[in-house]
Amino acid sequence: MSSDNRPLSPHLQVYRLPFTALTSISHRISGVLLAGGALMLVYWVVATAAGPTSYALASSIFASWPVQLLMLLWTFVLFYHLCNGIRHLFWDAGYGFELQTAQRSGQAVIVGAALLTGLAWFIALV
Amino acid sequence: MAQFILPPNSRIQPGAHHAAPAQALNTRTFKVYRWEPDKGENPRLDTYELDLDSCGPMVLDALVKIKNDIDPTLTFRRSCREGICGSCAMNIDGRNTLACTQAIDDIDGDVRIYPLPSMRVVKDLVPDMTHFYAQYASIRPWIRKQSPTPPDQEQLQSPEDREALDGLYECILCACCQTSCPSYWWNPDRYLGPAVLLQAYRWIADSRDEDTGARLDDLDDAFKLYRCHTIMNCASACPKGLNPAKAIAEIKRLMVARQ
Repeated sequence: MSSDNRPLSPHLQVYRLPFTALTSISHRISGVLLAGGALMLVYWVVATAAGPTSYALASSIFASWPVQLLMLLWTFVLFYHLCNGIRHLFWDAGYGFELQTAQRSGQAVIVGAALLTGLAWFIALV
Repeated sequence: MAQFILPPNSRIQPGAHHAAPAQALNTRTFKVYRWEPDKGENPRLDTYELDLDSCGPMVLDALVKIKNDIDPTLTFRRSCREGICGSCAMNIDGRNTLACTQAIDDIDGDVRIYPLPSMRVVKDLVPDMTHFYAQYASIRPWIRKQSPTPPDQEQLQSPEDREALDGLYECILCACCQTSCPSYWWNPDRYLGPAVLLQAYRWIADSRDEDTGARLDDLDDAFKLYRCHTIMNCASACPKGLNPAKAIAEIKRLMVARQ
């Protein structure tokens, strides 16, 4: 019997990822999205430095509703990444490893991120 | 490099369907991963309808019933049928656990049974554990002394020092946690994985062991230890209720503390 043709058993295809795993992969994805958001920030800063015409163009782009929607998402992603980063700091210090605590802290991160997003947009718009 | 998609020879095909006996009233559907090394075919998912009125309560009972009554070629490991040997670790209903302690009634819908994830399959539900055992051996899992051991008496330990091993010594090395970990799926060759790291910490935490420095030196590696990203699938999967993620965090803390 050759052992070379042994199949690899299914992993992602069949595993029901627990909530803590979903918050973990979301942390990574949010980091990638933030890198994209940072490019938008750079564009805005460069446009500001390049003069009034390019700044006006940038302002009109940022004021359009699709970009506003993206910015809303980015704000949430930023606060999610921030709050979950704080959750990781607690873990690094050795706290919060009980399964129930880890689930609760994950829920708290999502609620906290939503609240902070709301607060940031409230301050920005009012 | 992470391989998210199964290689072509590992993709699962539809399999045979074994209907329940006509007089059965209380039936349940089991979908079981099958692969036969001699046939040169891809793995398949066979469906078995079982009469639960003539079957024991656990998933292992169902597998034994399939093997006895329907298909004697179904291959799986089992021994103690009471959650202490760790042989019947497999992926049931999307999470790793022991077939002998997983009640059929606790699962909604069809019962899907696969081998432990991201392992090379020897046959059906039997994965090749060689690499896992080699990783376990690599941490040299025994008491290592610097001082001479007393030739004529035990090495004593205070009740408090013994308590430090609670939550560690209970590990049965079933590899449920090991193969639930996405980090281990992507880096099985270099990351030691939750089970082996929990064992590593079990010897670091033992008051009788005198080789903590060397143990930490061995683990101080970007891959061996630090591929743990606190995903916590390990703690969710452990059939003994242990927490490998916490043990790994303790090792990381010791690494920082000794700098």
